[in-house]
Amino acid sequence: MFEPLTRRLEFFSDALQLRAHRQQVLASNIANADTPGFVARDFDFRQAMDSVRSRGPELRAGAMPVLTGGDARHLRTSATLADVPDRNRVQYSVQTQPSLDGNTVDLDQQRANFIHNAVQYESTLRFINGHVRTMLSAIQGQ
Amino acid sequence: MSMFTIFSVSGSAISAQSQRLNTVASNLANADAVAGPDGQAYRARQVVFQTVPMGNNPASQGVRVQDVIESQVPNRRVFNPQHPNADGEGYVTHSNVNPVEEMVNMISASRSYQNNVEVMNTAKHLLLRTLQMGQ
Repeated sequence: MFEPLTRRLEFFSDALQLRAHRQQVLASNIANADTPGFVARDFDFRQAMDSVRSRGPELRAGAMPVLTGGDARHLRTSATLADVPDRNRVQYSVQTQPSLDGNTVDLDQQRANFIHNAVQYESTLRFINGHVRTMLSAIQGQ
Repeated sequence: MSMFTIFSVSGSAISAQSQRLNTVASNLANADAVAGPDGQAYRARQVVFQTVPMGNNPASQGVRVQDVIESQVPNRRVFNPQHPNADGEGYVTHSNVNPVEEMVNMISASRSYQNNVEVMNTAKHLLLRTLQMGQ
């Protein structure tokens, strides 16, 4: 019954979790800016979003072991994207200025990516807030 | 909530960088130290960083100080027979600290520290905004 109301919300929540995941990857890159031999990581947001959307809700729900009932009507927990052990999603970012100690973190690029991702995260949040407000006013009919 | 591990990742980086600043401080403090009666002068210390996984998520990688090593550069020897710590040939052994190198190291450590504080501030801001979702 509520599916048409919440379908878009699910899309935004997937996007938000991917953004949070990327934020974490970028934070690790910045934290390891001085570690010898560290290889900077990143992933393509569009590709990741496509793969998440193509998985379908039942696969996503199965990623979390707790609260998986035998009956379809049992209560389920929704999976969090970052907990899915999908190492393939994280790739290595392109190196621009190689350094002697094998570290491939380009700090300027990482900072720019970090800020960009933070803004995208916040705009996704605003989309969610706007959607909730729209749906609430549709329900109340005022 | 995966964003909370950003605090532990950046926190580990901050503590590693502050340890690096600490070694810079002791190196600079001992830059002009001379060898005592045993002939052993101060040797510059350097931290060695290492990536360490945080939490169960492969995406979050923190930092830790794996080791503190002593520089193997030969100590500076100055001819000064009047010095009370001069050896039999009249040379005084100084520490092998290079102050210019240490200053550069200090600036780099302080910038990295600031970067990580900035990361934590951004993560905190985003989490606070997430708390207000739907209001």
